[in-house]
Amino acid sequence: MKSIQELEQIKQRTLQEVNLRKDRKGTRVVVGMATCGIAAGARPVLLAFVEEVQKRNLQDITVTQTGCVGVCRLEPIVEVYKPGEEKVTYVKLTPEKAKRIVAEHIVNGQVVTEYTIGAAEK
Amino acid sequence: MKLYRSHVLVCGGTGCHSSGSAGIIDAFQAELKKHNLEDEIKLVSTGCFGLCAVGPVVVVYPEGAFYSGIKAEDVPRIVEEHLLKGRIVNDLLYHDHAKAEDVVSTLDEVEFYKKQKRMALRNCGVINPEKIEEYIAFDGYKALARVLTEMTPMDVINEIKASGLRGRGGAGFPTGLKWEFARKAPGDKKYVCCNADEGDPGAFMDRSLLEGDPHSILEAMAIAGYAIGSDQGYIYVRAEYPIAVKRLTIAIEQAKELGLLGKNIFGTDFSFDIELRLGAGAFVCGEETALMRSIEGKRGEPTPRPPFPAVKGVFAKPTLLNNVETYANIPQIILNGAEWFSQVGTEKSKGTKVFALGGKINNTGLVEVPMGTTLREIIYDIGGGIPNGKKFKAAQTGGPSGGCIPAEHLDTPIDYDSLAKIGSMMGSGGLIVMDEDNCMVDIARFFLDFTVDESCGKCPPCRIGTKRMLELLDKITSGNGEEGDIEKLEELGNNIKASALCGLGQTAPNPVLSTIMYFRDEYEAHIKEKRCPAGVCRNLLRYVISSDLCRGCGLCTKVCPVSAISGERKAPHIIDPDKCIKCGACAEKCPFHAITKG
Repeated sequence: MKSIQELEQIKQRTLQEVNLRKDRKGTRVVVGMATCGIAAGARPVLLAFVEEVQKRNLQDITVTQTGCVGVCRLEPIVEVYKPGEEKVTYVKLTPEKAKRIVAEHIVNGQVVTEYTIGAAEK
Repeated sequence: MKLYRSHVLVCGGTGCHSSGSAGIIDAFQAELKKHNLEDEIKLVSTGCFGLCAVGPVVVVYPEGAFYSGIKAEDVPRIVEEHLLKGRIVNDLLYHDHAKAEDVVSTLDEVEFYKKQKRMALRNCGVINPEKIEEYIAFDGYKALARVLTEMTPMDVINEIKASGLRGRGGAGFPTGLKWEFARKAPGDKKYVCCNADEGDPGAFMDRSLLEGDPHSILEAMAIAGYAIGSDQGYIYVRAEYPIAVKRLTIAIEQAKELGLLGKNIFGTDFSFDIELRLGAGAFVCGEETALMRSIEGKRGEPTPRPPFPAVKGVFAKPTLLNNVETYANIPQIILNGAEWFSQVGTEKSKGTKVFALGGKINNTGLVEVPMGTTLREIIYDIGGGIPNGKKFKAAQTGGPSGGCIPAEHLDTPIDYDSLAKIGSMMGSGGLIVMDEDNCMVDIARFFLDFTVDESCGKCPPCRIGTKRMLELLDKITSGNGEEGDIEKLEELGNNIKASALCGLGQTAPNPVLSTIMYFRDEYEAHIKEKRCPAGVCRNLLRYVISSDLCRGCGLCTKVCPVSAISGERKAPHIIDPDKCIKCGACAEKCPFHAITKG
């Protein structure tokens, strides 16, 4: 080890990996992963979220799962909880849609209205 | 670096290891592979979580779900339900003893952790101890970097002095002062040593630290090396700690690979190396002078002090010797400042103390509390109280060198000085809880039996004196005690304390003296009434059948292995005390609870 910068580099590299175990209050992306969700294709959606978060090196984002959200016909369902904002429920997601949500909603703060449950039920 | 959406932390400490955590890790590996989840879910083997009583423990992040008492059979369910479908498996979650019906789902909700303050144990159960990168991610080696680039050795020593940190090995000597002595001692070659020869029965704080966070010890030793002007460290660890030895070996290798140990660390002209020395199982080698002789490759026997190690230690060079837990606090003090550290604790005892909680207690395990926490809080709030609603009798601190704390002192704040005042000592941190079923004379005999065994035999007070004390205790517990035996024990004990060569002998009489101080009546009952009030000492035990309660069913005669019970059918039976071997089988079998011991 020749410099503190070197140490800091290792720290930053690993931080993302262990971040999950620290107390943090960032955005939570919750994917419905009951049998209905999985059958409708929730796993590729979940993986797309994880991949995008990693690709963009986003901090303080937790991608996690939950059980059946209740409206099985609209699966795969994903709920996004941003601190201080109301929860947004997205329905009938695909990996492509997931990528757009990460870019527009999670990064830029613009809810992708056309994918939300409100739009689907109109 | 790969991003994982979920982390599964399996406790790999010795406690959980022996209750089968290795099999659980294998099961997780197999299940994750089966469901193709290997790239999404990270499996981590960590150090001790502290709640050994309910091991093996598994924690799943990001939820922080706290599973306890997990078996390999449970793993497929956790993987399928929780990891695949996101449904926490409720019936496998930890149950709080205090609230029988409540299931606790996350780590932060567990009563056991609420009153704790994890400073020394901060990384235990959080990081993977076999990966240096994870330690670095949690600010590891940052303190060493700061020390080497921004601070002078005297700055470091002054910071440690200002923090008020005292030696966690038990005696409580101010750490900063010790470092200063070692720095000021003249000599071109100096050594930094770590005492990891944790030998007290029932103590496992140091083991858990070494297993859960080995790099923090290495970092602290390097800091100490810089502060006192040394380039060589030794960790003296007992060979009975195979997991700790393995993780230390890995840690030293990784630190060397990254250049955090070795030559010119952080591009400065400071070089430092650490080697392991394994103890071969002698308790006395935890005593500092004996430990240093053992490092040198000589027979582990103590030598008189002075000269103190700071002047003439390993290979007759100035040596700094600290305990594992003391070192574990150092990086945090450097990073957060002396003031941050000294805000925790009492006036004369700063920071926290780790205790290994054992004996008659619900939550057996590892706890870390601020100095000044009362024994009552540790036993009832954190420890979850005493099983089966039994009454608290005493707590034993400091192992074979310490003493007993009776119920009347439950509210004593735990720090070095308060414990010394009530005739016990902080010791390294073993805390054994005893209830009404424990005989205090027998406990004293147990500890003395240990020290007699472990006495190195060099000085007569310890070699002969403790043996004589043990003989007296044997005499008392076997029912042959005489008037005057207690006084003899006291006199012998005080003489040994005053005249023994090393800490082992000087403290060996403590368990006897402190039980005499608080439980003299039990000693007297053994001697005068030939009775053991707790019903432990076999020779003093008598089983009797109450003629009022006995219905003469004859079940007891059938279970008695020595045919000591006789009587007519449907008439009260009697036990022949000469034949009875006091096995207690009859009392257990009697449907009318007519047989009592006393």
